[in-house]
Amino acid sequence: MKYMLMMNTPAGGPYQIASWPAQDIKAHIAFMMNFAKKLSAAGELVAAEGLSGPDEAKRVRADASGQPITDGVFPETKEFLAGYWIVDVESPERAYAIAAEASAAPGSGGKPLNLAIEVRQVMTGPPTDWTPDS
Amino acid sequence: MIPRLDNSAQDRLRDLAPKVLGALLRRYRDFGGCEDAVQEALIAAAMQWPTQGVPDNPKAWLITVATRRLTDQIRSETARRLREQLVVSLIPADEQIALAADAAGVNERDETLDLYFMCCHPALSAASQVALTLRAVGGLATGEIARAFLVPEATMAQRLTRAKLTIKSAGAAFPELTPADRAARLPVVLKVLYLIFNEGYTASGGDQLYRVDLSTEAIRVARLLIRLLPDDPEVGGLLALMLLTDARRAARTGPNGELIPLDEQVRSSWDRARISEGERILQRALSWGTTGPYQIQAAIAALHDQAENSAATDWVEILSLYELLLRFNDSPMVRLSQAIALAMVDGPAAGLLALDDLAVDPRISTHHRLDAARAHLLERAGQHAEAIRYYRQAAQRTMSTPERNYLLLHAARLSDSLAGALCPPTT
Repeated sequence: MKYMLMMNTPAGGPYQIASWPAQDIKAHIAFMMNFAKKLSAAGELVAAEGLSGPDEAKRVRADASGQPITDGVFPETKEFLAGYWIVDVESPERAYAIAAEASAAPGSGGKPLNLAIEVRQVMTGPPTDWTPDS
Repeated sequence: MIPRLDNSAQDRLRDLAPKVLGALLRRYRDFGGCEDAVQEALIAAAMQWPTQGVPDNPKAWLITVATRRLTDQIRSETARRLREQLVVSLIPADEQIALAADAAGVNERDETLDLYFMCCHPALSAASQVALTLRAVGGLATGEIARAFLVPEATMAQRLTRAKLTIKSAGAAFPELTPADRAARLPVVLKVLYLIFNEGYTASGGDQLYRVDLSTEAIRVARLLIRLLPDDPEVGGLLALMLLTDARRAARTGPNGELIPLDEQVRSSWDRARISEGERILQRALSWGTTGPYQIQAAIAALHDQAENSAATDWVEILSLYELLLRFNDSPMVRLSQAIALAMVDGPAAGLLALDDLAVDPRISTHHRLDAARAHLLERAGQHAEAIRYYRQAAQRTMSTPERNYLLLHAARLSDSLAGALCPPTT
């Protein structure tokens, strides 16, 4: 079963990587690289991506003619998606264990960030024997 | 364009994979090494045969190439490993082949069979058993397996490598299994094949064109297994179940992948050839008596396949088959199916009562299937408002996109007609 693990970080929260000392940034990056490598070696990694910061984000809506209307950054955004992993695992418990490991990524001063990781199961196609009558 | 083997030639080539691997293992024992060598030989065949023609003895050709790859591999490995295996690399390749080919005979069947058991080693996770079976027995390349499961090739390669290491560290080089061992481990093999079959339905996304069809693959591998175990009633039961279920494939989804439940399927588009083949295999399997759950599930599938429509289905027989199935597999899912069959025989009220019993079983009480079954029976009982509530609850709980869409649409249609009944359109 596949799960998406989303690292949501609060604006103004502990994930202000730009303000950390070099050594902490390095440790954080090394942790993330190694984490993805470990998931791949375990045969569990489907995808992992980090997203650019909210300063670069745009919100797009269609206007009446279907053309994009682009809005700029929203300083009031309370939480934003910093990155995600998709893993293919044997059980929900294993997905939670991976999420806990991601949550403990080192932050400023090398202390664990303990960010909340949102875990959502990826939907599948139809089950083979689904019939209301059998 | 690079010439390719057509599909039936591909299948014939893959059918040889377990025999070639069995022959190599008989001599060299090292599962990981032999398995890699056979993979390389299969790739070489797929590349060379379309231009150079299929050799007179394809199996011997594959054994020759795989043996060369294995000896190359051994030569290029570490000195320690080299010393251990020196004797192998000193035997000229041709001589090794002669030995392997001569030795093939009475034991070939058991050795090919033991490959199934090796891939379904109890120390492996279900996902690893599935991947390894597809590669070693099914002869699929790592990339093909990865695409079928919609994971990156590197991830699947790691899963296979780890599986082989697990087998190695569990000390199962290529053990001689007794008939009793084989009988004890066969249910795991059958379960793995059934998992592969079901995965063919549930895998979603990706480009279908470039994906191996896992359900077809499971049927192919089960056919290989029944050649090795022609008299095993459950092997026959499983193959029959797959064929009798797969026969309905074209009818079970609409043009946009939407789910069409059994009672709404256009039965003329069911595959009659698959159904007759499944019935023939089931009849043979049942001639040894009813000995296991796959036979019973196949018998239920056959009754559906034989009926003109839902109303003409022999629900009394299906109900008694579910009761029999419970003796082998007392699971809440079987009880749920039994409750639905009961509703078809004795009416929705009887079915709903049976569902009440299941609602207190923590293994299924929050499962979307229970909600969907309740919704369906409530609808049949004319309690539409309640039915809508349970259809929506089931839609929230399912992990399948087409199933969610089906349940939501069904609830919406009921809700629309309720609204229509309350406020008739003014004309």
